[in-house]
Amino acid sequence: MSKTYKLTTPLNEKQTRELKVGDIVLLSGKLFTARDAAHKKLTDLIAQGKQLPFDIKGSVIYFVGPTPAKPGEPIGSAGPTTSYRMDSYSPTMIANGSLGMIGKGKRNQAVKDACKKYGAIYFGATGGAGALLGKKIKSSKIIAYPELGPEAVREIEVEDFPVTVINDSYGDDLYQIGREQYEVFE
Amino acid sequence: MREIKYNDIVNVIKNMIVQCGTVLPKDAYKAIKDAYENEKSQVSKEVLAQLLENADIAKNEQRPLCQDTGLAVFFVNIGDDVRVVGGNIRDAINEATEQGYKEAYLRASTCEPFSRANLKDTIGYNLPAIVHFDIVPGDKLDISYAAKGGGSENVSRAKVFPPAAGRQGIINYVKEVISDGGGNPCPPLTVGVGIGGTFEKACISSKHALFRDIGSTNEDDEMAKLEQEIKDELNKLGIGAMGMGGTQTVLAVHIESNPCHIASLPVSVNVQCHSSRHSHITI
Repeated sequence: MSKTYKLTTPLNEKQTRELKVGDIVLLSGKLFTARDAAHKKLTDLIAQGKQLPFDIKGSVIYFVGPTPAKPGEPIGSAGPTTSYRMDSYSPTMIANGSLGMIGKGKRNQAVKDACKKYGAIYFGATGGAGALLGKKIKSSKIIAYPELGPEAVREIEVEDFPVTVINDSYGDDLYQIGREQYEVFE
Repeated sequence: MREIKYNDIVNVIKNMIVQCGTVLPKDAYKAIKDAYENEKSQVSKEVLAQLLENADIAKNEQRPLCQDTGLAVFFVNIGDDVRVVGGNIRDAINEATEQGYKEAYLRASTCEPFSRANLKDTIGYNLPAIVHFDIVPGDKLDISYAAKGGGSENVSRAKVFPPAAGRQGIINYVKEVISDGGGNPCPPLTVGVGIGGTFEKACISSKHALFRDIGSTNEDDEMAKLEQEIKDELNKLGIGAMGMGGTQTVLAVHIESNPCHIASLPVSVNVQCHSSRHSHITI
Protein backbone atom coordinates (compact mmCIF):
# COMPACT_ATOMS: atom_id res chain seq x y z
CA MET A 1 0.00 0.00 0.00
CA SER A 2 1.44 3.36 -0.94
CA LYS A 3 2.19 5.89 1.79
CA THR A 4 2.30 9.66 1.82
CA TYR A 5 5.39 11.43 3.17
CA LYS A 6 6.27 15.06 3.79
CA LEU A 7 9.96 15.67 3.25
CA THR A 8 12.17 18.75 3.27
CA THR A 9 15.32 19.01 1.15
CA PRO A 10 18.22 18.36 1.30
CA LEU A 11 17.36 14.67 1.67
CA ASN A 12 19.43 12.03 3.44
CA GLU A 13 19.84 8.35 2.65
CA LYS A 14 17.90 7.26 5.72
CA GLN A 15 14.85 9.08 4.34
CA THR A 16 15.23 7.92 0.76
CA ARG A 17 15.74 4.25 1.68
CA GLU A 18 12.32 4.31 3.33
CA LEU A 19 10.55 5.28 0.12
CA LYS A 20 8.94 2.64 -2.11
CA VAL A 21 7.45 2.87 -5.61
CA GLY A 22 3.98 4.38 -5.61
CA ASP A 23 4.57 6.41 -2.45
CA ILE A 24 3.45 10.02 -2.67
CA VAL A 25 5.84 12.66 -1.37
CA LEU A 26 5.07 16.31 -0.69
CA LEU A 27 8.42 18.01 -1.04
CA SER A 28 9.34 21.32 0.57
CA GLY A 29 12.58 23.29 0.57
CA LYS A 30 15.04 23.98 -2.23
CA LEU A 31 15.12 22.21 -5.58
CA PHE A 32 17.57 22.86 -8.40
CA THR A 33 16.32 22.96 -11.98
CA ALA A 34 18.32 21.54 -14.89
CA ARG A 35 17.54 20.12 -18.34
CA ASP A 36 19.78 18.61 -21.03
CA ALA A 37 22.05 21.59 -21.70
CA ALA A 38 22.62 22.38 -18.00
CA HIS A 39 23.28 18.71 -17.18
CA LYS A 40 26.02 18.64 -19.77
CA LYS A 41 27.67 21.69 -18.22
CA LEU A 42 27.28 20.39 -14.65
CA THR A 43 28.73 16.97 -15.42
CA ASP A 44 31.60 18.64 -17.32
CA LEU A 45 32.41 20.61 -14.15
CA ILE A 46 32.38 17.37 -12.14
CA ALA A 47 34.71 15.71 -14.68
CA GLN A 48 37.10 18.65 -14.39
CA GLY A 49 36.98 18.51 -10.58
CA LYS A 50 35.54 22.03 -10.42
CA GLN A 51 32.95 23.36 -7.99
CA LEU A 52 29.26 23.14 -8.88
CA PRO A 53 27.00 26.21 -8.64
CA PHE A 54 25.03 24.53 -5.79
CA ASP A 55 25.61 21.98 -3.04
CA ILE A 56 24.89 18.63 -4.68
CA LYS A 57 24.81 16.60 -1.41
CA GLY A 58 21.26 15.43 -0.78
CA SER A 59 20.00 17.69 -3.55
CA VAL A 60 16.88 17.10 -5.63
CA ILE A 61 17.14 18.07 -9.30
CA TYR A 62 13.96 19.09 -11.11
CA PHE A 63 13.93 18.55 -14.89
CA VAL A 64 12.01 21.64 -15.96
CA GLY A 65 12.16 24.62 -18.30
CA PRO A 66 9.49 27.01 -17.00
CA THR A 67 7.54 29.60 -18.94
CA PRO A 68 8.56 33.23 -18.28
CA ALA A 69 7.28 34.65 -14.98
CA LYS A 70 4.57 37.28 -15.16
CA PRO A 71 5.43 40.52 -13.37
CA GLY A 72 5.20 40.04 -9.60
CA GLU A 73 5.26 36.23 -9.75
CA PRO A 74 8.27 34.02 -8.93
CA ILE A 75 7.93 31.73 -11.94
CA GLY A 76 5.55 30.77 -14.76
CA SER A 77 4.14 27.31 -15.46
CA ALA A 78 6.60 24.66 -14.42
CA GLY A 79 5.78 21.00 -15.00
CA PRO A 80 8.35 18.24 -15.62
CA THR A 81 10.03 17.50 -18.94
CA THR A 82 10.75 13.97 -20.25
CA SER A 83 13.56 12.47 -18.21
CA TYR A 84 15.26 9.97 -20.53
CA ARG A 85 17.20 12.84 -22.10
CA MET A 86 19.04 13.16 -18.76
CA ASP A 87 19.81 9.40 -18.52
CA SER A 88 23.41 9.82 -19.64
CA TYR A 89 24.09 12.46 -16.96
CA SER A 90 22.03 11.38 -13.93
CA PRO A 91 24.32 8.52 -12.74
CA THR A 92 27.20 11.03 -12.42
CA MET A 93 25.00 13.46 -10.48
CA ILE A 94 23.87 10.64 -8.17
CA ALA A 95 27.41 9.30 -7.64
CA ASN A 96 28.36 12.81 -6.51
CA GLY A 97 25.67 13.05 -3.86
CA SER A 98 22.37 14.02 -5.46
CA LEU A 99 19.55 11.95 -3.91
CA GLY A 100 16.56 12.86 -6.01
CA MET A 101 15.33 13.69 -9.50
CA ILE A 102 11.90 14.93 -10.56
CA GLY A 103 10.72 14.38 -14.13
CA LYS A 104 8.35 12.29 -16.20
CA GLY A 105 8.77 9.13 -18.25
CA LYS A 106 10.93 6.05 -17.92
CA ARG A 107 14.65 5.92 -17.05
CA ASN A 108 17.30 3.52 -18.28
CA GLN A 109 18.97 0.71 -16.34
CA ALA A 110 22.08 2.78 -15.53
CA VAL A 111 19.94 5.35 -13.69
CA LYS A 112 18.02 2.61 -11.84
CA ASP A 113 21.32 0.97 -10.86
CA ALA A 114 22.68 4.27 -9.55
CA CYS A 115 19.48 4.77 -7.49
CA LYS A 116 20.00 1.33 -5.96
CA LYS A 117 23.66 1.82 -5.22
CA TYR A 118 23.47 5.32 -3.72
CA GLY A 119 19.92 5.38 -2.34
CA ALA A 120 18.63 7.95 -4.82
CA ILE A 121 14.98 8.29 -5.90
CA TYR A 122 13.41 9.13 -9.24
CA PHE A 123 10.18 11.00 -8.61
CA GLY A 124 7.47 11.60 -11.20
CA ALA A 125 5.45 14.80 -11.31
CA THR A 126 2.37 15.14 -13.50
CA GLY A 127 3.41 16.21 -16.99
CA GLY A 128 1.18 18.92 -18.40
CA ALA A 129 0.12 20.14 -14.97
CA GLY A 130 2.42 23.14 -15.30
CA ALA A 131 -0.03 25.74 -13.98
CA LEU A 132 -0.79 23.70 -10.86
CA LEU A 133 2.86 22.82 -10.18
CA GLY A 134 4.08 26.37 -10.86
CA LYS A 135 1.86 27.57 -8.02
CA LYS A 136 3.74 25.31 -5.57
CA ILE A 137 6.93 27.25 -6.26
CA LYS A 138 7.36 30.12 -3.82
CA SER A 139 10.59 31.67 -5.08
CA SER A 140 13.01 31.24 -7.94
CA LYS A 141 16.42 32.64 -8.83
CA ILE A 142 18.82 31.80 -11.63
CA ILE A 143 22.11 30.60 -10.13
CA ALA A 144 23.95 29.49 -13.28
CA TYR A 145 23.93 29.62 -17.09
CA PRO A 146 21.43 32.46 -17.66
CA GLU A 147 22.37 32.26 -21.36
CA LEU A 148 20.41 28.99 -21.57
CA GLY A 149 17.12 30.85 -21.13
CA PRO A 150 14.42 28.40 -19.97
CA GLU A 151 17.21 25.82 -19.51
CA ALA A 152 19.19 27.90 -16.98
CA VAL A 153 19.90 26.41 -13.53
CA ARG A 154 17.48 27.84 -10.98
CA GLU A 155 17.27 27.47 -7.23
CA ILE A 156 13.57 27.23 -6.45
CA GLU A 157 11.81 27.06 -3.11
CA VAL A 158 8.79 24.74 -3.06
CA GLU A 159 6.04 23.95 -0.58
CA ASP A 160 4.25 20.60 -0.61
CA PHE A 161 5.28 19.94 -4.19
CA PRO A 162 3.42 16.69 -5.12
CA VAL A 163 5.52 13.86 -6.57
CA THR A 164 5.24 10.08 -6.82
CA VAL A 165 8.09 7.59 -6.38
CA ILE A 166 8.66 6.01 -9.82
CA ASN A 167 12.04 4.35 -9.19
CA ASP A 168 12.95 3.57 -5.60
CA SER A 169 16.34 2.47 -4.28
CA TYR A 170 15.43 -1.22 -4.48
CA GLY A 171 15.25 -1.50 -8.27
CA ASP A 172 11.48 -1.30 -8.61
CA ASP A 173 9.74 0.70 -11.34
CA LEU A 174 6.20 2.04 -10.97
CA TYR A 175 5.71 2.34 -14.74
CA GLN A 176 6.43 -1.37 -15.16
CA ILE A 177 4.36 -2.49 -12.18
CA GLY A 178 1.44 -0.18 -13.06
CA ARG A 179 1.33 -1.27 -16.67
CA GLU A 180 1.57 -5.00 -15.88
CA GLN A 181 -1.52 -4.62 -13.73
CA TYR A 182 -3.66 -3.21 -16.55
CA GLU A 183 -2.21 -4.67 -19.76
CA VAL A 184 -4.71 -6.98 -21.49
CA PHE A 185 -3.25 -9.95 -23.38
CA GLU A 186 -5.28 -12.01 -25.81
CA MET B 1 -11.49 39.34 -55.23
CA ARG B 2 -12.05 39.67 -51.48
CA GLU B 3 -9.39 41.65 -49.64
CA ILE B 4 -8.30 40.69 -46.11
CA LYS B 5 -6.03 43.05 -44.20
CA TYR B 6 -2.64 41.90 -42.93
CA ASN B 7 -3.30 43.43 -39.50
CA ASP B 8 -6.63 41.65 -39.14
CA ILE B 9 -4.92 38.32 -39.74
CA VAL B 10 -2.25 39.17 -37.15
CA ASN B 11 -4.89 40.03 -34.54
CA VAL B 12 -7.01 36.94 -35.14
CA ILE B 13 -4.06 34.56 -34.95
CA LYS B 14 -2.54 36.29 -31.94
CA ASN B 15 -5.79 35.79 -30.05
CA MET B 16 -5.87 32.11 -31.01
CA ILE B 17 -2.38 31.66 -29.58
CA VAL B 18 -3.10 33.51 -26.34
CA GLN B 19 -6.36 31.60 -25.84
CA CYS B 20 -4.84 28.18 -26.58
CA GLY B 21 -1.94 28.76 -24.19
CA THR B 22 -4.17 29.05 -21.16
CA VAL B 23 -7.59 27.56 -21.97
CA LEU B 24 -7.89 23.87 -22.75
CA PRO B 25 -10.34 23.46 -25.66
CA LYS B 26 -13.76 22.09 -24.66
CA ASP B 27 -13.32 18.83 -26.57
CA ALA B 28 -10.03 18.06 -24.81
CA TYR B 29 -11.40 18.99 -21.39
CA LYS B 30 -14.44 16.76 -21.88
CA ALA B 31 -12.29 13.87 -23.09
CA ILE B 32 -10.11 14.05 -19.96
CA LYS B 33 -13.19 14.24 -17.79
CA ASP B 34 -14.62 11.12 -19.48
CA ALA B 35 -11.29 9.37 -19.02
CA TYR B 36 -11.35 10.30 -15.34
CA GLU B 37 -14.78 8.74 -14.96
CA ASN B 38 -13.82 5.55 -16.80
CA GLU B 39 -10.33 4.99 -15.38
CA LYS B 40 -9.98 1.86 -13.23
CA SER B 41 -6.58 2.63 -11.72
CA GLN B 42 -6.65 4.84 -8.64
CA VAL B 43 -3.18 6.25 -9.37
CA SER B 44 -4.08 7.23 -12.95
CA LYS B 45 -7.40 8.64 -11.75
CA GLU B 46 -5.48 10.89 -9.39
CA VAL B 47 -3.33 12.12 -12.31
CA LEU B 48 -6.44 12.85 -14.39
CA ALA B 49 -7.95 14.78 -11.48
CA GLN B 50 -4.76 16.87 -11.34
CA LEU B 51 -5.05 17.58 -15.07
CA LEU B 52 -8.62 18.85 -14.68
CA GLU B 53 -7.59 20.99 -11.70
CA ASN B 54 -4.63 22.27 -13.72
CA ALA B 55 -6.93 23.27 -16.61
CA ASP B 56 -9.19 25.14 -14.18
CA ILE B 57 -6.27 27.01 -12.60
CA ALA B 58 -4.81 27.87 -16.01
CA LYS B 59 -8.13 29.23 -17.26
CA ASN B 60 -9.05 31.17 -14.13
CA GLU B 61 -5.62 32.69 -13.57
CA GLN B 62 -4.45 32.98 -17.19
CA ARG B 63 -1.45 30.74 -16.61
CA PRO B 64 0.00 28.56 -19.37
CA LEU B 65 -1.51 25.05 -19.15
CA CYS B 66 1.92 23.52 -19.55
CA GLN B 67 5.45 24.91 -19.52
CA ASP B 68 5.93 23.35 -22.95
CA THR B 69 3.91 25.85 -24.93
CA GLY B 70 5.06 24.14 -28.08
CA LEU B 71 6.06 25.16 -31.53
CA ALA B 72 3.28 27.09 -33.26
CA VAL B 73 1.87 24.86 -36.03
CA PHE B 74 -0.64 26.09 -38.61
CA PHE B 75 -2.71 24.68 -41.45
CA VAL B 76 -3.89 27.58 -43.57
CA ASN B 77 -6.35 27.18 -46.44
CA ILE B 78 -6.41 30.23 -48.66
CA GLY B 79 -9.48 30.71 -50.84
CA ASP B 80 -8.50 31.42 -54.45
CA ASP B 81 -10.69 34.55 -54.34
CA VAL B 82 -8.78 36.00 -51.37
CA ARG B 83 -6.08 38.63 -51.55
CA VAL B 84 -4.09 39.63 -48.48
CA VAL B 85 -3.38 43.35 -48.46
CA GLY B 86 -0.81 45.25 -46.43
CA GLY B 87 1.73 42.48 -46.25
CA ASN B 88 2.61 38.84 -46.81
CA ILE B 89 0.51 36.15 -45.11
CA ARG B 90 3.49 34.16 -43.82
CA ASP B 91 4.88 37.33 -42.24
CA ALA B 92 1.48 37.94 -40.62
CA ILE B 93 1.52 34.43 -39.09
CA ASN B 94 5.04 34.90 -37.77
CA GLU B 95 4.30 38.34 -36.38
CA ALA B 96 1.18 37.01 -34.63
CA THR B 97 3.18 34.08 -33.21
CA GLU B 98 5.84 36.36 -31.78
CA GLN B 99 3.27 38.77 -30.31
CA GLY B 100 1.00 36.04 -28.93
CA TYR B 101 3.81 34.09 -27.26
CA LYS B 102 5.17 37.27 -25.68
CA GLU B 103 1.82 38.64 -24.56
CA ALA B 104 0.71 35.42 -22.84
CA TYR B 105 4.14 34.72 -21.28
CA LEU B 106 4.46 31.49 -23.25
CA ARG B 107 7.85 29.82 -23.55
CA ALA B 108 9.98 30.31 -26.65
CA SER B 109 11.01 26.72 -27.36
CA THR B 110 12.52 27.08 -30.83
CA CYS B 111 16.23 26.45 -31.15
CA GLU B 112 18.89 25.95 -33.82
CA PRO B 113 19.33 22.17 -34.22
CA PHE B 114 23.12 22.00 -33.91
CA SER B 115 24.11 24.70 -31.43
CA ARG B 116 20.73 24.26 -29.65
CA ALA B 117 20.78 28.05 -29.23
CA ASN B 118 17.38 29.49 -28.44
CA LEU B 119 16.25 31.46 -31.48
CA LYS B 120 14.41 34.08 -29.44
CA ASP B 121 17.67 35.99 -29.23
CA THR B 122 18.41 36.02 -32.93
CA ILE B 123 15.44 35.99 -35.23
CA GLY B 124 12.41 36.32 -32.98
CA TYR B 125 10.37 34.80 -30.20
CA ASN B 126 9.48 31.17 -30.91
CA LEU B 127 9.93 31.67 -34.64
CA PRO B 128 9.60 30.54 -37.29
CA ALA B 129 6.08 29.15 -37.01
CA ILE B 130 5.51 25.86 -38.85
CA VAL B 131 2.96 26.62 -41.60
CA HIS B 132 1.26 24.30 -44.10
CA PHE B 133 -0.52 26.27 -46.83
CA ASP B 134 -3.15 25.03 -49.23
CA ILE B 135 -5.18 26.78 -51.92
CA VAL B 136 -8.92 26.03 -51.87
CA PRO B 137 -11.93 27.36 -53.80
CA GLY B 138 -13.76 30.34 -52.29
CA ASP B 139 -13.21 33.72 -50.66
CA LYS B 140 -12.42 32.62 -47.11
CA LEU B 141 -9.25 32.25 -45.12
CA ASP B 142 -9.34 29.13 -42.99
CA ILE B 143 -6.80 28.91 -40.14
CA SER B 144 -6.14 25.95 -37.85
CA TYR B 145 -3.63 26.34 -35.06
CA ALA B 146 -2.03 24.01 -32.52
CA ALA B 147 0.64 24.52 -29.89
CA LYS B 148 2.62 21.32 -30.42
CA GLY B 149 4.71 20.09 -27.50
CA GLY B 150 8.04 18.30 -27.84
CA GLY B 151 7.51 15.27 -25.59
CA SER B 152 4.75 13.80 -27.71
CA GLU B 153 6.47 14.79 -30.95
CA ASN B 154 9.56 12.84 -29.81
CA VAL B 155 7.77 9.48 -29.85
CA SER B 156 6.11 10.07 -33.25
CA ARG B 157 7.28 7.90 -36.16
CA ALA B 158 6.75 7.17 -39.85
CA LYS B 159 7.50 4.18 -42.03
CA VAL B 160 6.79 3.13 -45.60
CA PHE B 161 5.51 -0.46 -45.59
CA PRO B 162 5.13 -2.81 -48.54
CA PRO B 163 1.43 -3.10 -49.52
CA ALA B 164 1.34 -6.65 -48.11
CA ALA B 165 1.50 -5.21 -44.58
CA GLY B 166 -2.15 -4.21 -45.07
CA ARG B 167 -4.69 -3.18 -42.47
CA GLN B 168 -3.24 -5.40 -39.73
CA GLY B 169 0.25 -4.04 -40.43
CA ILE B 170 -1.04 -0.52 -39.80
CA ILE B 171 -2.70 -1.53 -36.51
CA ASN B 172 0.45 -3.31 -35.33
CA TYR B 173 2.64 -0.32 -36.18
CA VAL B 174 0.47 2.16 -34.25
CA LYS B 175 0.49 -0.24 -31.28
CA GLU B 176 4.27 -0.51 -31.43
CA VAL B 177 4.74 3.28 -31.48
CA ILE B 178 2.39 3.91 -28.55
CA SER B 179 3.69 0.94 -26.56
CA ASP B 180 7.32 2.08 -26.94
CA GLY B 181 6.39 5.64 -25.99
CA GLY B 182 4.90 4.54 -22.65
CA GLY B 183 4.38 7.50 -20.34
CA ASN B 184 6.85 9.77 -22.16
CA PRO B 185 4.37 11.56 -24.49
CA CYS B 186 2.05 12.47 -21.55
CA PRO B 187 -0.94 10.17 -22.01
CA PRO B 188 -3.92 10.04 -22.31
CA LEU B 189 -3.15 10.76 -25.95
CA THR B 190 -4.70 11.74 -29.21
CA VAL B 191 -3.10 9.64 -31.94
CA GLY B 192 -2.98 11.01 -35.49
CA VAL B 193 -2.47 8.36 -38.15
CA GLY B 194 -1.62 9.38 -41.71
CA ILE B 195 -1.99 6.59 -44.22
CA GLY B 196 -1.02 6.53 -47.88
CA GLY B 197 0.12 9.36 -50.11
CA THR B 198 3.88 9.69 -50.26
CA PHE B 199 6.28 9.67 -47.32
CA GLU B 200 5.78 13.37 -46.53
CA LYS B 201 2.05 13.31 -47.35
CA ALA B 202 1.52 10.60 -44.72
CA CYS B 203 3.43 12.67 -42.15
CA ILE B 204 1.50 15.86 -42.85
CA SER B 205 -1.81 13.94 -42.80
CA SER B 206 -0.96 12.49 -39.39
CA LYS B 207 -0.31 16.01 -38.10
CA HIS B 208 -3.49 17.38 -39.68
CA ALA B 209 -5.51 14.55 -38.10
CA LEU B 210 -4.60 15.92 -34.64
CA PHE B 211 -6.49 19.15 -35.39
CA ARG B 212 -9.83 17.35 -35.53
CA ASP B 213 -12.00 17.71 -32.43
CA ILE B 214 -11.68 14.83 -29.99
CA GLY B 215 -14.93 12.92 -29.94
CA SER B 216 -15.81 13.73 -33.56
CA THR B 217 -16.54 10.85 -35.94
CA ASN B 218 -14.58 10.19 -39.12
CA GLU B 219 -16.74 10.91 -42.17
CA ASP B 220 -15.55 7.69 -43.79
CA ASP B 221 -17.33 4.71 -42.18
CA GLU B 222 -14.45 2.30 -42.75
CA MET B 223 -11.96 4.73 -41.20
CA ALA B 224 -14.32 5.39 -38.27
CA LYS B 225 -14.37 1.63 -37.63
CA LEU B 226 -10.59 1.41 -37.86
CA GLU B 227 -10.20 4.35 -35.47
CA GLN B 228 -12.35 2.62 -32.85
CA GLU B 229 -10.55 -0.69 -33.35
CA ILE B 230 -7.11 0.90 -32.90
CA LYS B 231 -8.29 2.93 -29.90
CA ASP B 232 -9.54 -0.24 -28.18
CA GLU B 233 -6.26 -2.02 -28.93
CA LEU B 234 -4.19 0.88 -27.55
CA ASN B 235 -6.22 1.05 -24.36
CA LYS B 236 -5.37 -2.61 -23.73
CA LEU B 237 -1.68 -1.65 -23.45
CA GLY B 238 -2.26 -0.67 -19.81
CA ILE B 239 -0.10 2.48 -19.98
CA GLY B 240 -2.62 4.80 -18.29
CA ALA B 241 -2.32 8.49 -17.46
CA MET B 242 1.32 9.61 -17.45
CA GLY B 243 2.34 5.93 -17.75
CA MET B 244 1.25 5.09 -14.19
CA GLY B 245 -0.73 2.07 -15.39
CA GLY B 246 -4.41 2.16 -16.29
CA THR B 247 -7.17 1.67 -18.78
CA GLN B 248 -7.30 5.18 -20.32
CA THR B 249 -4.18 5.53 -22.47
CA VAL B 250 -5.78 7.06 -25.54
CA LEU B 251 -8.54 9.67 -25.81
CA ALA B 252 -8.94 9.32 -29.57
CA VAL B 253 -7.42 7.92 -32.75
CA HIS B 254 -7.82 10.13 -35.82
CA ILE B 255 -7.04 8.71 -39.26
CA GLU B 256 -6.50 10.48 -42.58
CA SER B 257 -6.11 8.20 -45.57
CA ASN B 258 -4.84 9.15 -49.04
CA PRO B 259 -4.38 7.33 -52.35
CA CYS B 260 -0.81 6.06 -52.66
CA HIS B 261 1.67 4.42 -55.04
CA ILE B 262 0.92 0.82 -56.08
CA ALA B 263 4.28 -0.17 -54.55
CA SER B 264 3.91 1.40 -51.13
CA LEU B 265 1.92 1.82 -47.95
CA PRO B 266 3.22 4.85 -46.05
CA VAL B 267 2.09 5.10 -42.43
CA SER B 268 2.82 7.98 -40.07
CA VAL B 269 1.90 8.16 -36.40
CA ASN B 270 1.90 11.64 -34.87
CA VAL B 271 1.23 11.72 -31.16
CA GLN B 272 -0.47 14.50 -29.20
CA CYS B 273 -0.32 14.77 -25.41
CA HIS B 274 -3.41 15.16 -23.20
CA SER B 275 -3.07 18.94 -23.46
CA SER B 276 -4.44 19.14 -27.01
CA ARG B 277 -4.26 22.88 -27.50
CA HIS B 278 -5.83 23.49 -30.89
CA SER B 279 -8.27 25.91 -32.45
CA HIS B 280 -9.83 26.77 -35.78
CA ILE B 281 -11.20 29.96 -37.29
CA THR B 282 -12.53 31.10 -40.66
CA ILE B 283 -12.08 34.70 -41.74
